[in-house]
Amino acid sequence: MLKFLLNDSLQTVNKIDPNISVLEYLREHVFRTGTKEGCASGDCGACTVVVAELLGEALCYQSINACITPIGTLHGKQLITVEDLKYQGQLHPVQQSMVECHGSQCGFCTPGFVMSMFAFYKNNLKATRETINEAFSGNLCRCTGYSSIINAIQHASHDSLSDQFSKKQQQTVACLKSIGEEKNTVTLQANGKQFFSPVCINDLSLLLEIYPNARLLAGGTDLSLDITQGLQDVDLMIYIGRVDELLQINEDDSCLEIGAAVSYSQCSDVLVKNFPDLLELLTRLGSRQIRNQGTLAGNVANASPIADMPPVLMVLNAKLSLRCGQNTRVLNVSDYYQSYKVTALQRSEFIEKIIIPKARKNEEFRVYKISKRLDDDISSTCAAFNIQIVNGVVENALIALGGMADIPKRARHCEQALLQQAWNEKTMTNAMREMAKDFKPISDFRASAQYRLLVSQHCLRRFFLELESRADQVRVTRYA
Amino acid sequence: MRSLVDVSAAQKTPMKGGEGQSLKHESAEKHVTGEALYTDDLVTPANILHGYVGLSTIARGLIKKMDLSQVKAFPGVVDVLTLDDVPGHYDIGPVYPGDPVLADGEVQFWGQPLFAVAATSYKAARKAASLAVLEYEPIKPVVSIEEGLQAKYFVRPSHTQKRGDARKAIDEAAHRLQGELHIGGQEHFSLEGQVSMAVPTEDDGVLLYTSSQHPSEGQKLVAQVLGIAINRVTVDMRRMGGGFGGKETNANQWACLAALLMHKTGRAVKIRLARSDDMCATGKRHPFLIRYDVGFNQQGLIEGVDITLSAACGMSPDLSDAIVDRAMFHADNAYFFPAACITGHRVKTDTVSNTAFRGFGGPQGMLGIEGIMDDIARVVNKDPLDIRKRNFYSDSGKRNMTHYGQTIEHMVIADLVDRLEHQSDYRVRREQIKQFNAANKVFKKGIALTPVKFGISFTAQHLNQAGALVHVYTDGSIQLNHGGTEMGQGLFTKVAQIVATQFQVDIDTVLCTSTRTDKVPNTSPTAASSGTDLNGMAAKEAATTIKLRMINFAATHFSVEQDDVNFIDNQVIAGDHCLSFSQFCQLAYLHRVSLSATGFYRTPKIYYDREKAQGQPFFYFANGAAVSEVLVDTLTGEYKVLRVDICHDVGQSINPMIDRGQIEGGFIQGMGWLTTEELLWDKHGKLLTNNPASYKIPTMADTPAIFNVELLPNSPNTEATVFHSKAVGEPPLMLAISVWSALRDAVSSVSNYQINPLLDTPATPERVLHALQALKERRTP
Repeated sequence: MLKFLLNDSLQTVNKIDPNISVLEYLREHVFRTGTKEGCASGDCGACTVVVAELLGEALCYQSINACITPIGTLHGKQLITVEDLKYQGQLHPVQQSMVECHGSQCGFCTPGFVMSMFAFYKNNLKATRETINEAFSGNLCRCTGYSSIINAIQHASHDSLSDQFSKKQQQTVACLKSIGEEKNTVTLQANGKQFFSPVCINDLSLLLEIYPNARLLAGGTDLSLDITQGLQDVDLMIYIGRVDELLQINEDDSCLEIGAAVSYSQCSDVLVKNFPDLLELLTRLGSRQIRNQGTLAGNVANASPIADMPPVLMVLNAKLSLRCGQNTRVLNVSDYYQSYKVTALQRSEFIEKIIIPKARKNEEFRVYKISKRLDDDISSTCAAFNIQIVNGVVENALIALGGMADIPKRARHCEQALLQQAWNEKTMTNAMREMAKDFKPISDFRASAQYRLLVSQHCLRRFFLELESRADQVRVTRYA
Repeated sequence: MRSLVDVSAAQKTPMKGGEGQSLKHESAEKHVTGEALYTDDLVTPANILHGYVGLSTIARGLIKKMDLSQVKAFPGVVDVLTLDDVPGHYDIGPVYPGDPVLADGEVQFWGQPLFAVAATSYKAARKAASLAVLEYEPIKPVVSIEEGLQAKYFVRPSHTQKRGDARKAIDEAAHRLQGELHIGGQEHFSLEGQVSMAVPTEDDGVLLYTSSQHPSEGQKLVAQVLGIAINRVTVDMRRMGGGFGGKETNANQWACLAALLMHKTGRAVKIRLARSDDMCATGKRHPFLIRYDVGFNQQGLIEGVDITLSAACGMSPDLSDAIVDRAMFHADNAYFFPAACITGHRVKTDTVSNTAFRGFGGPQGMLGIEGIMDDIARVVNKDPLDIRKRNFYSDSGKRNMTHYGQTIEHMVIADLVDRLEHQSDYRVRREQIKQFNAANKVFKKGIALTPVKFGISFTAQHLNQAGALVHVYTDGSIQLNHGGTEMGQGLFTKVAQIVATQFQVDIDTVLCTSTRTDKVPNTSPTAASSGTDLNGMAAKEAATTIKLRMINFAATHFSVEQDDVNFIDNQVIAGDHCLSFSQFCQLAYLHRVSLSATGFYRTPKIYYDREKAQGQPFFYFANGAAVSEVLVDTLTGEYKVLRVDICHDVGQSINPMIDRGQIEGGFIQGMGWLTTEELLWDKHGKLLTNNPASYKIPTMADTPAIFNVELLPNSPNTEATVFHSKAVGEPPLMLAISVWSALRDAVSSVSNYQINPLLDTPATPERVLHALQALKERRTP
């Protein structure tokens, strides 16, 4: 039985096809048509809604794309849509601000923007162009050119009014807690489709042993596309978002451990703290909505050759803790990928967590994402470097690229050309040449093979320039 | 009615919301609350069916077999529709034939609708539509403009505009430039896609809800495909979630198919296209190939041009004739050509039929000449801005007539550009950029100021007409209806302001209701930036008719001169008598004065003789200019637009904030067209960039950090437009040409501005890097 709050009303849903998205539920089942479908693929943000989750005694408000969120993931959460913001006849401050700043033209993207603004406002973020770009890159507007919306966001953020959601917080927390106290696997069944949402790792292992063909669902940002774009029906889904052990982040002196159900948003602070250069990637990868839903482990697990995190994890020497039944094993991320979309994952096995060793002395880590559009775009190439230079000599070189082969792949020739060499222009130029031996990229709509290789080589040059003169800005993305 | 509502007595309250004020969009509060209803949000009849289309999976060929048995057998499917089921006329080409509502035995583009299906749910209809078993006899498709040009594969005959002997002028000029430029197309990507709902009526007719810029054409075509009279079909269109030209003719097919499925099943049917199918099955902005040959003197003054504009029209004419004409009309942009030969080819490609898109060919025509201006400047070693200024149309030296014979009567551009040049610190920044570029190895900056002169009017003369209907009720409230459609541009707001101004009553008094073909018939599309010019005038006319009746009545009733009857501050004052507007309406009603009127407007002066390629196709020109500054990373080709300054001529603005929104939005949309929005087809004619994951329109981060927009002050339209305003929908899109020019400026800096970079559009980071590499290689042979 699925239980969640739709604004302040408790919904219990028994029979519903687990393939139904939150968007379809809203528009077709409860006739809330304020939330719009623009793409049904998580790329435009017209369907943005906000989900509030328990965080101790507080609530954490997150914007998500309703179009790629399976209904079953709502269990124990509060779903807030654009219809819920106006209260006692008064517009919510974020709505008022959009009106006053002329932030809507055709109005179709507006409910999504309003909901992203609402989350932004509830999270009390300081409205600078950087924070705004980060939080709104997943909301496309084709009419305004964004200026008026940026004004509206800046204007609203100065408003310190407490809204009805704050006033009702205790009530909401109490209700969500009472749902959460029922610590059992939630199941949904309809039309011959099944959905399981276990709460502990043992139950998850067991379910996967019983149903080895089940699709694992974490953020759903990829799996949902099979449903909405591929028109497939997923017969059996196991949702890992409530499995306590998989929601943990641990940090000690030597490493970070990120549970498989941890979203980008949840782990980005700890990742950036340890690897500051990840900040740019983690603000450009997907959008705020996608980062609120998507998981690091999901980005690894589905073995997409164009995923951005695998090259990063490969050069950071990250490992995967894999579990099957009661057995666990540890595997290098580099060894996880075998061929296009084929991984080392065995039947009934799943990723439990990702283990990332902390940076060692003299290690320089950088990652460069090259894409057609700055924000919310899939990389033409994503180049990650982790090079250890001791007394001017390259002691260790790890280089991995995404978008350059049928799997995320290390640049072994390039690495070899650097190892034990003096870190200078000549070495670097030679290593750039060697990189051509590592990859035979394809041409597609994102980029030509020629550009992919050239720009990857130039990423190494950029890395060199960045190390050479740290004061200079050498990234257009950071230029202000 | 026997009794009237109580109304307030006369009280002088200053009128709120007349013309010239920055009122919020009439639906703003509904937008932000989700209460604004779009076609897919409307309450549906209980027995509604959902329609979907089966699309072709080749670009060109004959259909050998179309087995729909699995489609029919799919759970939930109620019926399927093939071309044989169409009772009436099945070609829905808007001007010329060529657009069958479903493929007629042969496939003409990848993603062409072959059949339609009606089912009890959207999902069932969509899934079923994918189950057809199709066999084709494929023919190799023509995908590129070059292939089509070579084979003289055209959808319409070519057209040429000529002045003097261009060839001779070019041959005799001191300098000559030849080249070509490939300009990419653009997907409209309105956030709301195509959607229509047809509801049967008791007269064997249809009540049609459709997201359309042209309800009257939808109405006519639905009547034609059903084989019924036009009066049986009523279209209701409250608002679109964006249009941009993509719902001018391209909305019709889904309206017709919904009506045909409705006709066949006897039930209401709604069709809504999923994004990826929408992107494959509907037309886009035309890609163009421009070839040019230009002669100019040592000062950079053009002496002759020979420009050939070839558009990829897709598989049918649609609106391509007018679109290529408009490209030709704008091949000069703001510059005088002493001798010119402008040729336009309408190349047929075996791709979806390209259609209207904000600017309607104008942007492509302009891009060519703006690139030429920059190139001339580099040849004669001058600042491109000086070359532009030198070539502007002007009143002196007989340099005020276009190559198609229209005299420029209101010279705005030179003063406007001077103003922007100073306000944007163009010269100082140009010097700073040169210094920056000399000092930086990796980063290069570029700057460009480009003007826009855009002709306002439909080039099809008869479309320049509009109707409106105004009712005044007995409580003094006013209902307004006109033939224009609201797609976000603020048309309803502006026209309501115009009507409120006529009666001098608060804007809240006026309600603009959905566009309906049974209220205002035979309307033109809301397109060509003409919405307010045409419908505003028609509504003003309707209001004036009622007002004159009221004045006439008041003069008689109160025995005063007509001149002594005044509408002011929500009151009607007749001599010593002072009534609230609502009191006065009641009085007029009781004295049997008609409080309802239609209004009609047609644009004066315009004509174009296509045989002679001469005329005055435009009532007036809208003008503007922009300065863009960019930063380019020479390692990767990535770039950032750092600052944009715009000065734009909207005449006397009816609503400055709405106009500003059009300018900002148009600019960013134009920037997307020229930078990141890349449409790519494979060699089989399949669109590869058919969703927002692969087709990238600008996001918020692409809006420049410094974005100064000014409406040119004190510049009323010298023509008698509504309150002397100017059209604003399309022209600002072309201000974004400054971004492309600035990118080329930055790229050419690596050759110390000596070499003209080749930079086709969209100028993706890849193309920019390619251009940089090409210059570097030429520099070091």
